[in-house]
Amino acid sequence: MLLVSETVSGLGNKMKRNARARKFSSIVLIVIVVVLALSLTALYQAYELFLMNDPTMGYYLLIGFIGLILSTYMLLQTRRRVQKFTLETKPVTTTIICPSCDFKEVRNFERGDYILKELGPCTKCEGIMMISAIYREIPEKRKEEKVFT
Amino acid sequence: MQLNALLFQGLIPGQDALSWIFQIIFTLLFIVFVFYGQRIQMYIMVREIEGSLLRLKFIRDEGRKIAIETIKEIGKPKTDPAERVDQFLEYVTIPPESMDPAGVVWKLEHILDVRETRFKDEVKLIAPAADETNVNNLENTLEAAAALNIIYKVIRHFYILGKKTLSLYIIMQIQMILPLIMREAEAYASALKAFSHGQPIGDGAGALVAAKLMHRHRKKKIEKDCVVAKVPLEGRTAFVIKAEGPGGNVGKPGEAIKRIVEENDGKIATIIMIDAALKLEGEKPGEVAEGVGAAIGGPGTEQYKIEESILKYKIPLNAIIIKEDIGDAVSPMRKEVFEACEVAADRVKRVIKEKTKEGDSVIVAGIGNSIGVGQ
Repeated sequence: MLLVSETVSGLGNKMKRNARARKFSSIVLIVIVVVLALSLTALYQAYELFLMNDPTMGYYLLIGFIGLILSTYMLLQTRRRVQKFTLETKPVTTTIICPSCDFKEVRNFERGDYILKELGPCTKCEGIMMISAIYREIPEKRKEEKVFT
Repeated sequence: MQLNALLFQGLIPGQDALSWIFQIIFTLLFIVFVFYGQRIQMYIMVREIEGSLLRLKFIRDEGRKIAIETIKEIGKPKTDPAERVDQFLEYVTIPPESMDPAGVVWKLEHILDVRETRFKDEVKLIAPAADETNVNNLENTLEAAAALNIIYKVIRHFYILGKKTLSLYIIMQIQMILPLIMREAEAYASALKAFSHGQPIGDGAGALVAAKLMHRHRKKKIEKDCVVAKVPLEGRTAFVIKAEGPGGNVGKPGEAIKRIVEENDGKIATIIMIDAALKLEGEKPGEVAEGVGAAIGGPGTEQYKIEESILKYKIPLNAIIIKEDIGDAVSPMRKEVFEACEVAADRVKRVIKEKTKEGDSVIVAGIGNSIGVGQ
């Protein structure tokens, strides 16, 4: 099975980004830091109001959490994630049969195999073995769309 | 009065510093989004395209690598084939001018013939040790690699153009069709592997049906890269046609059908064409459907020839299609499609029985790439 992987960061190094893109990233970073700082301040304010038993504490708590979630989300989006690119080869099987005695053998595909290729004498009888099928099997999806059939 | 008070409270912050800070931030955000909202949206789209472009670049590079490795393995070249492969990936085919459409089919066919001959010659030069079957497979491999190269370059073109001009419409267009393009690129990546290994692909379903029908019968070459066998079927004589396998070929079935029709002076009771067809989302892969007309894809030259031939002698043309999606059509044949070939072969026999009389002659043409399918 061929499995090739390369990281985005590796490819990213090859693909030079221009200054504009970098400038944009730093602005985003500043915005994130400001929002984060303000969210923390709001949360602290909420805590102080809670001690004073002030009902407006809820608003500050809400604003603080929303800001915190937003800034964390933006930070995760901006961060260069290490992704793996793969080109996966699905296994392909070759079915060999003997038409005379119905002997059947299933193995992985090998270069040079083709459907209806004659492979020589059968190991069980005098017949000629032949490749009857070459296909890949796809496991059935767990969640099938059954509503619009 | 009460409404005014509410509005007043909403616009003017309270006495504490925090309220002032929030009020200023919200006002600033409002202004920023009014003036720069579209630009922010564009940057988000650009980033999305950038991610897909990285994936496309990876697929393109992998395709090139697989093509070079296969050439080295099969063709045993004396020099490094990388430079020639890179040249191959950049080949262009200029279609004929169609301002005056009369005769454009033949012009297009000629250009496609020249292209194919040039590709095959090029492959023979790059891979001198490859036999005829492998030359065809390598040609298909290189064509898939070239398709991936062009997809990557077109998307990169619009990405750079969009960034240069800061045009939301250029960026938006490419971002909207990106999922479909990525799907196609993934399909070509699968095709490339299937071609390099010589595995039968979904598109070869029609060829496989014909192969099953003509197996163990005497075959002869007819026209370019096509074989025909005279098969007794349900008391009729069936001329079964397919592209010659197991190399990656589609042949010229239109030309072959035309020749058999002419050789029999038009005395053909019916023509049945079997081909793989694109399914709609929601349909099951491997569904078999029947109809009328020429079941054949490609640039249209072969379809034109078939339609011309049947019109001359008023021969009924039946179609049997095996449904699959674009990914399955160019990937190694999936089990459902393989099993559907048996169903399609039974349908062929049924159509022959229902639409013709004993002693009639019929043509059964299995259309599609015959890679990995013998006869």
